[in-house]
Amino acid sequence: MIKGVLGALVPLLAALAAFAFGAMMLVTLGASPLAGLDAMLDGAFGSGSRIAATAVKATPLILVGAGITIAFRTSVINIGGEGQIIAGALLSTVVALSFPNLPAFILVPLVLLSGAVGGGILGAVPGALKAYASVNEILSTIMLNLVMVQFMNFLLRGPLIDPFELEAGTRIPQTQRLSDNATLPTLLDGTRLHIGVPVAICAAVGAYLILWRTPTGFRLRAVGYSPEAARAAGISVKRNITLAMTLSGSLGGIAGAILVFGSEGQRMVTDGSAAGFTGSAGFNGIVAALFGGLHPLWTIPSAMLFGALLTGATQLQRVLQVPAALAVALNGIIVIFVISSTPVRGWLQRSLADSGLFNRSSDTAGMD
Amino acid sequence: MGEFFTLSVLVATAASAIRLATPYLLASLGETVGQRSGVLNLGVDGVMLLSAFFSYWTVLETGNLWLAVLVGLVVGLVMGLLYGVITVFLNATQGISGIGIFIFGLGLSDLLFRQLVGTPKPVRRLPNVDIPLLSDIPHLGEALFQRNLLTYLAFLLVPVTALLLTRTTFGLNIRSVGDNPQAADSLGVSVERTRFVAILIGNSMAGLAGAALVLQLGIFQPNLTQGLGFIAVALVYFGAWRPIGVMGGALLYGFVNATVLQWKALGIIPVSGSDLANMAPAVLTILALIVVARRVHAPSALTKPFTRH
Repeated sequence: MIKGVLGALVPLLAALAAFAFGAMMLVTLGASPLAGLDAMLDGAFGSGSRIAATAVKATPLILVGAGITIAFRTSVINIGGEGQIIAGALLSTVVALSFPNLPAFILVPLVLLSGAVGGGILGAVPGALKAYASVNEILSTIMLNLVMVQFMNFLLRGPLIDPFELEAGTRIPQTQRLSDNATLPTLLDGTRLHIGVPVAICAAVGAYLILWRTPTGFRLRAVGYSPEAARAAGISVKRNITLAMTLSGSLGGIAGAILVFGSEGQRMVTDGSAAGFTGSAGFNGIVAALFGGLHPLWTIPSAMLFGALLTGATQLQRVLQVPAALAVALNGIIVIFVISSTPVRGWLQRSLADSGLFNRSSDTAGMD
Repeated sequence: MGEFFTLSVLVATAASAIRLATPYLLASLGETVGQRSGVLNLGVDGVMLLSAFFSYWTVLETGNLWLAVLVGLVVGLVMGLLYGVITVFLNATQGISGIGIFIFGLGLSDLLFRQLVGTPKPVRRLPNVDIPLLSDIPHLGEALFQRNLLTYLAFLLVPVTALLLTRTTFGLNIRSVGDNPQAADSLGVSVERTRFVAILIGNSMAGLAGAALVLQLGIFQPNLTQGLGFIAVALVYFGAWRPIGVMGGALLYGFVNATVLQWKALGIIPVSGSDLANMAPAVLTILALIVVARRVHAPSALTKPFTRH
């Protein structure tokens, strides 16, 4: 009980500290923190359509975050969310361009599935490289992010460019408007709330069920907890590392497909950078997952919070002329505070256990 | 292709390769010191972005290049203090706290740039300084000895770092806390202090790298580094944790980047393929990591927080 309270309290305190830091930054920038908070809350939750926008913004974070929990629980550090999102988006775009006339009830699931396959491939490669060639996955996933940005730019400026852009000579690097049959149906009229949101929530629940309610998940977590013990128990460490990265990547890939087919433009556009397409969801998803204690279900409200931070920051820029990059800096601070507080939490729990106030259970929510 | 293999173009490519290698080299040498002490700093890119911004802003406001270099160094040092506290005293998971530093640096440099500068304005670049006599050597002198002072400093720091690591007591301490902190601790070496100082050195050099990057370009824009700091971390693996190997890696990168630029300028790479050509450095890094992964071994305690039992 005490443990549970502590477990929730410490990251919350870390978040509060981070927000205090954000308030300090607002003061430095000459804006009132209260007005800032007001603008952000209004921007994130001020009306039905704004709440819908926040949920839509949170969707890729839920997916990437749920994927991150699978990887991190297997002790594989997947920093490749950006590349996996792009891979999923590209493959689903190619599929929609190839089969534009399929009926919606086939095409919509098909593009989501293609996203999963694209992201899964980009996760499987660094996973297999780690498992079978001892290549550090942090470095390989980061490099694949850099590769995928350029590959996206190549495809959108060349083979996949809207033929109209070539005709008109404007050459904006974007695809043509993709088949309407692939558009994610909206759930509420007048808002952007589309089926990507429940899909992401189902995926997070799925990640939870896989990790804690199936033999596969047991093996993944066993590898994450102690590779030696897992090996001794006959579990293939290599296969499970590859599997964890594949699953993690495929969730990011679905996020990529949702970014394309849930967008207003219904096409894939690049501004030359990864963040221009992904909105840095590949990194922000890590933040959401860490903040949710690396639990797929807690990742859902956590991602909503960061989605609110993002939509709130846009409003902050509009009302107080504070650059929206503030949200990115705050995300970094939150990661730093939460990750620094995790050992503190462990230390608090240990000293409480030593004092005999409660018995330590074997269930450790820590991430290292 | 023929026009590439003319003497003047080759000399120009070599000169630009050495210039482009400078930020990689400074950042990677610093990261080498940190990693030899057992600390992985993935935040290099964020530190470089912050120091690059502050260096740029300093030149914009004062016009003083050397003050700008100093500012870059100090920004690195300050970020080192932050990272040192997080990893050494709070024992945070290094791979992830580094990503936190990266995101923070990315966001803050973007925010400050938009708030304080707005639209990119070019500033004065680091001037090239001819080394007497050596710069008069035909062709070679032009490529090697007509560079800026930060480039000379970066290459000078290669033997300095190597000597520091292998020939000094402090270097021995760094390597011992990176390989076997328990043993080092039992012999009276302070693991915390040694790692903290190594982190400060590493981050200061990342700060210098950011200054070098922006002062060689003469312009800043959000996300200026585009992953350069991450490649610098990978170069440490590539160079097998040795300054000389790291220099080889940085030079290779400089040459690949310079050649791609030169080939684009000469039309050897068509415009449509230029994005594919931009993939070269990252693809090369992955291949290099595959090749070196099994041959070299990392400091045994790399990324492992130290706790006394």
